[in-house]
Amino acid sequence: MKILVCISKTPDTTAKIAFTDGNTKFDEANVQWIINPYDEWYSLVRAIELKEKDAAVSIHLITVGNADSEPIIRKALALGGDEAIRVNSNSNDAYFIATQIASIANEGGYDLIFTGKETIDYNGSSIGGMIAELTDAPFISLATKFELVGTTATITREIDGGEEVADVILPLVVSCQKGVAEQRIPNMRGIMAARTKPLKVVEPTDADTLSSIISFELPPAKAGVKLVAADNVSELVRLLHEEAKAI
Amino acid sequence: MSVLIFIDQSDGHVKKSSLEAITYGADIAKQLGIAAEGIVLGTVSDDLTALGKYGISKIHQVNNNALDHVDAQLYAKIIAEAVTLSGAKILVFSHNQTGKAVAARVAARLKAGIVSGACALPDTSNGFVVKKTVFSGKAFANISILSDIKVISLNPNSYQTIAGEGIATIADLNITVAPSRIKVTAINKVSGEIPLTEADIVVSGGRGLKGPENWGILLDLAKELGAATACSRPVGDAHWRPHHEHVGQTGVQVAPNLYIAIGISGAIQHLAGVNRSKVIVVINKDAEAPFFKAADYGIVGDAFEVVPQLTAAIKKMKASV
Ligand SMILES: Cc1cc2nc3c(=O)[nH]c(=O)nc-3n(C[C@H](O)[C@H](O)[C@H](O)COP(=O)(O)OP(=O)(O)OC[C@H]3O[C@@H](n4cnc5c(N)ncnc54)[C@H](O)[C@@H]3O)c2cc1C
Ligand SMILES: Nc1ncnc2c1ncn2[C@@H]1O[C@H](COP(=O)(O)O)[C@@H](O)[C@H]1O
Repeated sequence: MKILVCISKTPDTTAKIAFTDGNTKFDEANVQWIINPYDEWYSLVRAIELKEKDAAVSIHLITVGNADSEPIIRKALALGGDEAIRVNSNSNDAYFIATQIASIANEGGYDLIFTGKETIDYNGSSIGGMIAELTDAPFISLATKFELVGTTATITREIDGGEEVADVILPLVVSCQKGVAEQRIPNMRGIMAARTKPLKVVEPTDADTLSSIISFELPPAKAGVKLVAADNVSELVRLLHEEAKAI
Repeated sequence: MSVLIFIDQSDGHVKKSSLEAITYGADIAKQLGIAAEGIVLGTVSDDLTALGKYGISKIHQVNNNALDHVDAQLYAKIIAEAVTLSGAKILVFSHNQTGKAVAARVAARLKAGIVSGACALPDTSNGFVVKKTVFSGKAFANISILSDIKVISLNPNSYQTIAGEGIATIADLNITVAPSRIKVTAINKVSGEIPLTEADIVVSGGRGLKGPENWGILLDLAKELGAATACSRPVGDAHWRPHHEHVGQTGVQVAPNLYIAIGISGAIQHLAGVNRSKVIVVINKDAEAPFFKAADYGIVGDAFEVVPQLTAAIKKMKASV
């Protein structure tokens, strides 16, 4: 049983969002990089739990990123992956990234591929569905629970106004979110072990780039809060009704 | 050449987010002087012809109950086929749960560039550039789509629906549907509740409410406003509220017309999920709470006193109009 977990790197959730080069590039100065929380907290931990239950499970990690991604992938190995592959490219295009992962997935013969729900920087929610299409596998998005018995996965996923439970026979691509697992902190043993786990760097295969970022903008600043006295809530109601037209 | 809009339905009803997608797609078509058409999968009880008033002339339907559950693989195959049959060059989805499962998959199948989470009409003056939210609403990016066919998924609640005149014709699409590899065994809809991502108004509570037993005041306010309810992450983590109510960077992202935050400090990760709301009201007893910096209106006060008064004042206002 082979699981491929997709790991992406994102700025820390408290990072200052600023742009350089005439607003064409994200300003990476002083940015702390983290594993995208959906990848770290949910999909990776769920894969580790499956391995803890069944020693025959092996977990491979994949990231498409440049050398800046190495600490991130090492941390993921410290949490519990067996080996990692880094595709050496800094692309932002979903199709390019998904093609890289799918090509490795097709070679590796994985039973299960986990992605996060979305990256918290570019918020694409695209890579999982694309990998599924490019590997001709079923795709379950926005999973909140994942159980596996033999080769049948039972997955709960978020749908509009509720949830849906479904059985799917592997192979399968799943995008994970809150509920699938609980965040873990790497321990010292894991960190030591990660140093010697294999991390293979490969060059990207040929793939088209179908989109490119032209520029960034910051939202206009808020005008400032209008405070209403706590003993005058009817004034707030008036403002929301007449001025903001929100109720 | 045309714009094809995916019309998302659940339980036979067209979703509000789809009406936004239709209006948006029809506006793109107008901008380019081409036709706008829709595609709907599964059995629908709503009158589809009435969707013509949002600007589409024709709706392709695969009226097959095997498609009443979303299977991204089947959907992608059918939609891609419809794109080829209709000669559509631009494909529009809503970036809702279904869109997140299907849009990118269709894009990969058609080798089309995608912008997901779009928030404005494309700029077609020089290429095809779409604005989208990035960094969980903290910024926008303008993305150029380079492929011949283009896929856009539109953020819910970011485009105004406009109903005009018009009747759409319905064309049955004769496409064979392969058996699904996904066997749905249960559907649990939270009955009576308004889906968080589609709600016009969201009332949200944080750790300031002290415990689940105190949620009554918030639920009363939500009921009075016809609002959906949400919460901060620690509240979800502590199981005071169901985890699907957790909003923020690592939870649900919402963009209602009105977001009322009660006893929430306004941490940057929380704001990342709510900062696309049009109007933000903050009720917090600490005047220094960071949330006030992101708010439009605020009350510095004790939620246990302010919220019931607010509910009563809204009731009174409604009775007088
Ligand atoms: C990587 C990462 C991701 C995260 N993702 C999210 C996320 O998606 N969503 C999220 O919400 N958080 C997220 N967090 C957590 C976030 O940093 C904050 O810890 C959290 O939002 C705080 O929740 P809170 O405002 O409910 O609680 P607190 O910060 O404890 O704030 C409680 C507030 O209630 C006020 N209060 C107390 N009593 C009253 C009263 N009687 N009346 C009125 N006001 C009162 C207090 O003044 C205070 O401002 C994340 C953190 C990290 C590190
Ligand atoms: N560069 C990347 N390398 C590996 N996995 C990625 C990469 N980008 C995105 N992913 C995976 O795809 C998920 C969704 O990303 P996105 O579609 O970009 O929002 C992430 O949570 C990751 O699991």
